[in-house]
Amino acid sequence: MSGIDDRAAHAAPDSAGVGGEVADAGPGAAHVADAVTRVYREEWTRIVASLIRATGDWDLAEEAAADAFERAASRWEVEGVPRNPGAWLTTVARNRALDVLRRRGVEFGKLKEWIAMDELTGGGSPNDPADLAASGPEWDDRLRLIFTCAHPALPLEARVALTLRTVGGLETPEIARAFLVPEATMAQRLVRAKRKIRNAGIPYRVPSATELPERLGGVLAVLMLVHNEGYLASSGDRLLRLDLQEEAIRLTRLVVALIPDAAEARSLLALLLLQHARSAARVDADGELVSLEHQDRSRWNRAEIAEGLALLEVRSPGHEVGPYRVQAEIQAVHARARTAEDTDWRAITDWYDVLLAAGRTPVIELNRAVALGLAGDVEDALAELGRLEASGRLGDAHLLAAAQAELLRRSGRVIEAARRYRTAIEFAPTGPERRFLQRRLAALDPA
Amino acid sequence: MQYMMFVATDPEAESFVPAEDNIGEWVAEVDARGVHVFGQRLRPVEDATLVRVRSGELLVTDGPFTESKEWIAGFDVLDCRDLDEAIEIASKHPMARFGRIELRPFWPIDAAEDPVAREDREAGDRGRRTEPALGS
Repeated sequence: MSGIDDRAAHAAPDSAGVGGEVADAGPGAAHVADAVTRVYREEWTRIVASLIRATGDWDLAEEAAADAFERAASRWEVEGVPRNPGAWLTTVARNRALDVLRRRGVEFGKLKEWIAMDELTGGGSPNDPADLAASGPEWDDRLRLIFTCAHPALPLEARVALTLRTVGGLETPEIARAFLVPEATMAQRLVRAKRKIRNAGIPYRVPSATELPERLGGVLAVLMLVHNEGYLASSGDRLLRLDLQEEAIRLTRLVVALIPDAAEARSLLALLLLQHARSAARVDADGELVSLEHQDRSRWNRAEIAEGLALLEVRSPGHEVGPYRVQAEIQAVHARARTAEDTDWRAITDWYDVLLAAGRTPVIELNRAVALGLAGDVEDALAELGRLEASGRLGDAHLLAAAQAELLRRSGRVIEAARRYRTAIEFAPTGPERRFLQRRLAALDPA
Repeated sequence: MQYMMFVATDPEAESFVPAEDNIGEWVAEVDARGVHVFGQRLRPVEDATLVRVRSGELLVTDGPFTESKEWIAGFDVLDCRDLDEAIEIASKHPMARFGRIELRPFWPIDAAEDPVAREDREAGDRGRRTEPALGS
């Protein structure tokens, strides 16, 4: 921020200093591009959110905001970056929206009224229906946007895409690339979602106190999906996918800031940070996945781990331990272990028991059995996996076989382990997983 | 906003328990809140009639309805502030538990803009700068 402010202090938009700025066009252009990018990150959502509130028109809001940023890029090069870039952009975007409505011949009294009201109250919105301890009116707008984009009446993939587009400010082609669908498909998905918001009467508001817990769950699920899309980098543009993890963290931070009481939002943020902290160690020089056991822990991001662990230290009385909390606690056990051998697998088994108490799923049962085996109780673990196999409830045959192979290998039953690895390789759905299992098989002591 | 609330049966839903049928309370609440316009139960599919005109010929038959496991058992017209209010009302209807409920917003005939013009305008929206054009 300081770079922008220093420069802005010397460059009043209509001062005679303009000539000097133009002479400096090379580095100045780069400086302006940086400033626009940074302000875009900070202001896009706020501007779009407030224009949606004023006009009720999602496309117009986005178009006017995009136009304001385009103008900023060219005007700031000449006039310097304004002292308050957000206010500059808001004014330009509003005028653009008014312009479009005027050309469409639409009655725009509402927007004019909103501008007048905004100027009187300094950006305030009148009474918010939700009885939240809101952190300020402009935060309300962003919170409304998040909840509207994640409304359960929208298809799940549209919720994820719309959140990335409207709250995250990602361009449609970027989102399309991340989800491996053609750009036209993604554009159509976004258009349909925005149309359904209008046609079905999905309100632009924060849910009432009674609806909030359930609706917040939907928002967190969307953020988790955005993160997962970045975390499971099995195909596609890896760099962009890492960006998606960072985007999910940024948006979750926003939700935590907006609803400080939401324990599950803090837990999700902790979970995402603890997973993201391992990014640099998860892939080797050849781009192959490195399992947790073999990662170079000195490459883990200590700052993110510290932040994630600190988030988990805050225990909120009266809140039951939710699924994000448990998953974050499991990641925290890994994060605290200085070496793979130091991992407290007993603690992880206990956390899986908490997850199982909340609802049994075959995947949780599988993970619990693996943790139990790594805690040293290999025979019980193999018996549990055998029961799971017999029940036929786990769809992914390769996961079960890989887990059995791993435990058999650790207990020295090499021949049985090799047999299970071959089954796992046969059913593994992706190349990196197959190659990982093949390396495991090859490393088995043939004695 | 007005919504058509279709009340349908669902073989997957909880089985109907007459003692837990709170339809009386539901009607009292929607009437008191002024969100209920009109509603009726419908006779089952066996009593329904299918009307089609194909190649100019009128076809009146008693089916085919046999393949559907679910059928619309009734409907209510709601006039709500927004979808969230309609969802709240629908969730309190006993058939949300014992069956399923579908909310369809009304599509008013806008005298100022005919549906074709609206479709054209919306198709035009897709070509705007913030959204790449379809099929490109």
